[in-house]
Amino acid sequence: MSLSLEKAKQFYYQMLLCRRFEEKSAELYTEMKIRGFLHLYIGEEAVATGIIDAIEPDDGVVATYREHCHAILKGVPPEKVMAELYGKMEGCSLGRGGSMHLFDKEKNFYGGYAIVGGGLPLAVGIALADKRMGRDRVTVCFFGDGAVAEGEFHESMNLAQLWELPVLFVCENNLYGMGTHIERAESETDLVKKAKSYRMEAHRVDGMDVVKVNDAAKKAVAHVRSGKGPIFLECQTYRFRAHSMFDPDRYRSKDEIESWKKKGPIVTFQKYLQEKGMWEQIDAAAIEKRVEEEIEKAVDFAENGTWEPVSELTKFVYAEEVSS
Amino acid sequence: MKKELTNREAVRMAIDNAMKNDKRVFLAGEDVGKYGGSYAVSLGLLDKYGPERIIDTPLSESGFTGMGIGAAMNGMRPIIEIMTVNFSLLALDQIMNNAAHLLHMSGGQYNVPLVIRMVTGAGKQLAAQHSHSLEGLYAHIPGLKVLSAATVQDAYDMVNLALADPNPVILFENSLLYNMKGELDTGAEPLPIGRAKVMREGMDLSIFAFGINVFKALEAAETLAKDGIEAEVVDLRSLRPLDDEAIMASVRKTHRVLIVNEEWRSGSISAEIMARINEQAFYELDAPMRRVCTEEVPIPYAKHLEDAAIPSPEKIVEAAKAVMEEA
Repeated sequence: MSLSLEKAKQFYYQMLLCRRFEEKSAELYTEMKIRGFLHLYIGEEAVATGIIDAIEPDDGVVATYREHCHAILKGVPPEKVMAELYGKMEGCSLGRGGSMHLFDKEKNFYGGYAIVGGGLPLAVGIALADKRMGRDRVTVCFFGDGAVAEGEFHESMNLAQLWELPVLFVCENNLYGMGTHIERAESETDLVKKAKSYRMEAHRVDGMDVVKVNDAAKKAVAHVRSGKGPIFLECQTYRFRAHSMFDPDRYRSKDEIESWKKKGPIVTFQKYLQEKGMWEQIDAAAIEKRVEEEIEKAVDFAENGTWEPVSELTKFVYAEEVSS
Repeated sequence: MKKELTNREAVRMAIDNAMKNDKRVFLAGEDVGKYGGSYAVSLGLLDKYGPERIIDTPLSESGFTGMGIGAAMNGMRPIIEIMTVNFSLLALDQIMNNAAHLLHMSGGQYNVPLVIRMVTGAGKQLAAQHSHSLEGLYAHIPGLKVLSAATVQDAYDMVNLALADPNPVILFENSLLYNMKGELDTGAEPLPIGRAKVMREGMDLSIFAFGINVFKALEAAETLAKDGIEAEVVDLRSLRPLDDEAIMASVRKTHRVLIVNEEWRSGSISAEIMARINEQAFYELDAPMRRVCTEEVPIPYAKHLEDAAIPSPEKIVEAAKAVMEEA
């Protein structure tokens, strides 16, 4: 299937925006502008880009603590994400959440969850509400291969299939749960097989190829939206950076990392465009410039943001009124 | 309208009315449907509302509690039933890390209007994995509201109060109270969350209790009255938030304090109440405060040992007399 020029430009722009945003975040981390945990998605951009393109703005996304790119791709302005990483009031979670807890209700971005597997039951509930209320919505739930070992994964897979709920489960299999390789964590490493054991339709896709991910996502979303129940999609990918900024990355070899980098999502997509004769047409230099400007704008916005007064410390513990 | 009914019927009636009046409300939990509820609270509701609104779940406490949170974030008003407080520990991750924290970590964007009902308490020889009281553990967590119903009126009102609240509310129900009869006035304005209630007036000492121990305290108060000691019994009702005002008002009246709760003594809600009285009304006290709690032991199976482990009217009388004997 070949891509339109417009879509090609969009994917290239989105993946580059994600990449540069996070490279800048890492830089700002070393400058101590950003603190706490910072988990980078670098290397995995094709997954969120290909999946989120396949859903509508009204659809929901539940993500993990490695969710900067998911938030941006779901429409959260990069400057609001950057301000959140700074801990400023202008951040998408008003500085209360930080890197691991980005939220944007207006964009149906249900948040980043930092207890591995903890977001899956929520996705089940969000989808159950949609089904009961007769809404035509799909909920996409992202999680890593590490979550597959959690009980909440199995409980959620069972509930979603049992009740035929409109959830697309996207497993970002980057082979490592923090520093533990999947071979050392799972007695059965075929994750599609696990999903199928719940009678769920399940597929595996090359998570380094945005076109393939997008293709699989479109089919999956159509299935889920038609009321046929959930789908499990395993996207095989790799994170180029360490687990977090604290991780010395002792558990994998440089050769392994380098070999994955050769098939990274951006180079893979560039090759694809070259083969299709589209590379010249997308004007990569112009996209790079546009991305650079956006990142600059995001950093400026965060720098100029405000610190919430300490007098407001105990806000947002209890809601006074029902907001929905 | 006033009528006499059991605590169980009162909870059921409140759920029934809520389901009738608000299509966003649903009940989910283990055996709430076909079985009729493990304590028969939801008996008959499946026939009335069908399996889409009275949802039998598999044994997945974390999964279905998290499901309730997600549904609450997306416009529903779920009631999640957890069979026993000990089982709720399987869902503690969802209750604390998600339900209690979502509003805060989203910067005020996502509130969680979720009701979680769970059965608490010992007294049925169900041993060490079905009998505990963890009200204080949940009351420790900011973001949650924690209620405990003693009376039939509260069994009814608290379901409505919890459903009307935009926050996650945990309702503790003691299964030994389900058959207790009392008067329900469905037209009465419910006493809000965060308010305690004086159940018996007295001038000599204050006994603070909640749930089933309110009745044990009332029984003890009758015994004490025969010895000329007039105890004031306060039903705390709301454990988060605690009604500091009502607690301190009673302390200023009686100047002597006894707290009764069925959690283990160490770190229980009684410790928090004592600390608050120390902070806010220390100079009102005429004697050291005392408490009757569960002994520091998992609940044993054997009846005589179980009885010995938990608060009883006799223990309350003894402790009350000890408070009175202090200078």
